[in-house]
Amino acid sequence: MRLGRRGNLPLLAAFLLTAALACTSLMVGVSDLSLAALAAGDDRAWLVLWESRVPRMLALVLSGASMAIAGLLMQIVIRNRFVEPSTVGTVEAAGMGLLVMTLLAPGAPVIVKMAVGAVFAMAGTGLFLLILRRVPLRDQMMVPLIGIILTGVLQAVTTFFAYRADLMQTVLAWTQGDLSGVLRGRYELLWLGAAVAGLAWITADRFTLAGLGRDMAASLGLAHGRVVGLGLAIVSLVTAVVVVTVGIIPFLGLIVPNLVSLALGDNMRRAVPWVAVSGAGLVLGCDILGRTLRAPYEIPVGTILGVIGSLVFLILLLRRRADAA
Amino acid sequence: MPPERRARLALVVLTVLVLAAVAAFMTLGVRGNWDFVLKFRGMKLAGLVLVAHAVAISTVLFQTVTANRILTPSIMGFDALYVLTSTVLVAVLGSAALAQQDARLLFAAKVALMVGCSMALYRWLFLGEERSLHRLLLIGVVFGIFLRTLAEFVQRLLDPNEFMVLSDMLFASFGTIEPVLMGIGWGLTALVTLWVARNARRLDVIGLGRPIAVNLGIRWRREVLMVLAMVSVLVSVSTALVGPVTFFGLLAVSLAHLAVGTSRHAVLLPAASLVAILLLVAGQTVLERAFAFNTALGIVIEFFGGVVFILLLLAGGRR
Repeated sequence: MRLGRRGNLPLLAAFLLTAALACTSLMVGVSDLSLAALAAGDDRAWLVLWESRVPRMLALVLSGASMAIAGLLMQIVIRNRFVEPSTVGTVEAAGMGLLVMTLLAPGAPVIVKMAVGAVFAMAGTGLFLLILRRVPLRDQMMVPLIGIILTGVLQAVTTFFAYRADLMQTVLAWTQGDLSGVLRGRYELLWLGAAVAGLAWITADRFTLAGLGRDMAASLGLAHGRVVGLGLAIVSLVTAVVVVTVGIIPFLGLIVPNLVSLALGDNMRRAVPWVAVSGAGLVLGCDILGRTLRAPYEIPVGTILGVIGSLVFLILLLRRRADAA
Repeated sequence: MPPERRARLALVVLTVLVLAAVAAFMTLGVRGNWDFVLKFRGMKLAGLVLVAHAVAISTVLFQTVTANRILTPSIMGFDALYVLTSTVLVAVLGSAALAQQDARLLFAAKVALMVGCSMALYRWLFLGEERSLHRLLLIGVVFGIFLRTLAEFVQRLLDPNEFMVLSDMLFASFGTIEPVLMGIGWGLTALVTLWVARNARRLDVIGLGRPIAVNLGIRWRREVLMVLAMVSVLVSVSTALVGPVTFFGLLAVSLAHLAVGTSRHAVLLPAASLVAILLLVAGQTVLERAFAFNTALGIVIEFFGGVVFILLLLAGGRR
């Protein structure tokens, strides 16, 4: 479905709003950075901008947009509105993979760790799908419920071994989405995640078809299993990249696509740009909030999104009272 | 075997197992001064038994009122509510003011606050119209996450010094049970246990569900809110001593149901309490003596409890 020019206007507005948030993000922080200093060509100011502020802003935009797309993709492929990587075990499994790498090969390059994390993330998602097969009626509420509990179980395993190996600090770094450590040279992997998420955009129509269900998709000539597999591989890869660079950003992939689909309906190709822009905007906003509320200390973006995300999730659950079977 | 005899036998076996576990906990691997070791371990044992009992009784009460075997207070976020109310109390009063207070007095205030808040937040669960169970569970779980992250958020807003005071109080675990609160914890739990024991038959009737219970002369609203208050007190005690443990109650009470095969409270309550004590004391003994772990018990329980929860959900779906 093509949108006319008028349809693109709100999207442009959302994009501009996110861009404004991104500019604000550049100007917020402990170190004094004023436009005047930049204009005067102050070396220190430019250093702060290039080494810290710009990388952080880019990391926020990239991780926000790609996690939101990953959430949307997962919801379409699993055919449930309330799943996202952090509520079905994908994120925890990725963390488990990182822990295994830290234990077995602590010197491995970060890209290898990320790859192992992605493999674990796929395995964790696969485990979730296996359990789902035993749920006879796809009860809309039961799917996320099992996912959240499975997350807890995986988390217990990770904590157990991390505790054993005295690696709790390391695990905490992944479980809490925190961007205070992002500098130039420490976030570039996120470009890869965003590129993979972009792949989901290009192939969006297939996923929309796969979302109609196995039989419908097959009768339309789609290799359903392969498309679902591709979707979950994309989700796992994006998750692993984000977890290894900035940590878990909870509920983002759940609330953004839901809010967008309330407004736009379920066509994925149409929803992806909206989801990407609003995901980036939301993470930027939460990060600015986290940096200003308790300055000079920081509240991690994961904590703020945890509060907002679970609250919105609750509201979504409660407002479905009428149409819940 | 007739059900009465089976239940009695189960209780006897459980008691013997608990005594054996206690003996093992107190005596295995003792080196050096017996006096000191017995005192030290006795204190720990008292804490474990108290927590186990409080969690078991609160879970049974909760399941009776909701006529359900899968809902538990901790799954519905009661533990998280206690953590949040404690956090807010510190945030409002400030650690300096709190340091001058008697720890027991402070705890009493927290319990009162917790009872009030749970009454306000959870009465819909008992008094509202019936909803789909899975929806209810999901709402409870997400509400728990919300309360927990909100507590974390408030902790982050605190001054780092205040936060230190709070983390001392909040991050209790099975390895480091708060000794100061043991006395008042036992006192409160004993009172609740007394009330429960006197009302066991009434609880049997409540367990039949609202329509039948009301027909049989139960003043539903009053009784149910009373039970809710009791549950809140017990959750406060256990959370204050060892921190939040999501699935322990579910694990213990499910096993107790398997063991005694009846929902009569006169049997189920002691059985649940014994199973819970057995799990904690034997689990702690095994972890400490065999694996040299101290604080991993909570993690192990979360793992098995979570697995049991998923199995229960799937079993419910198949029926």
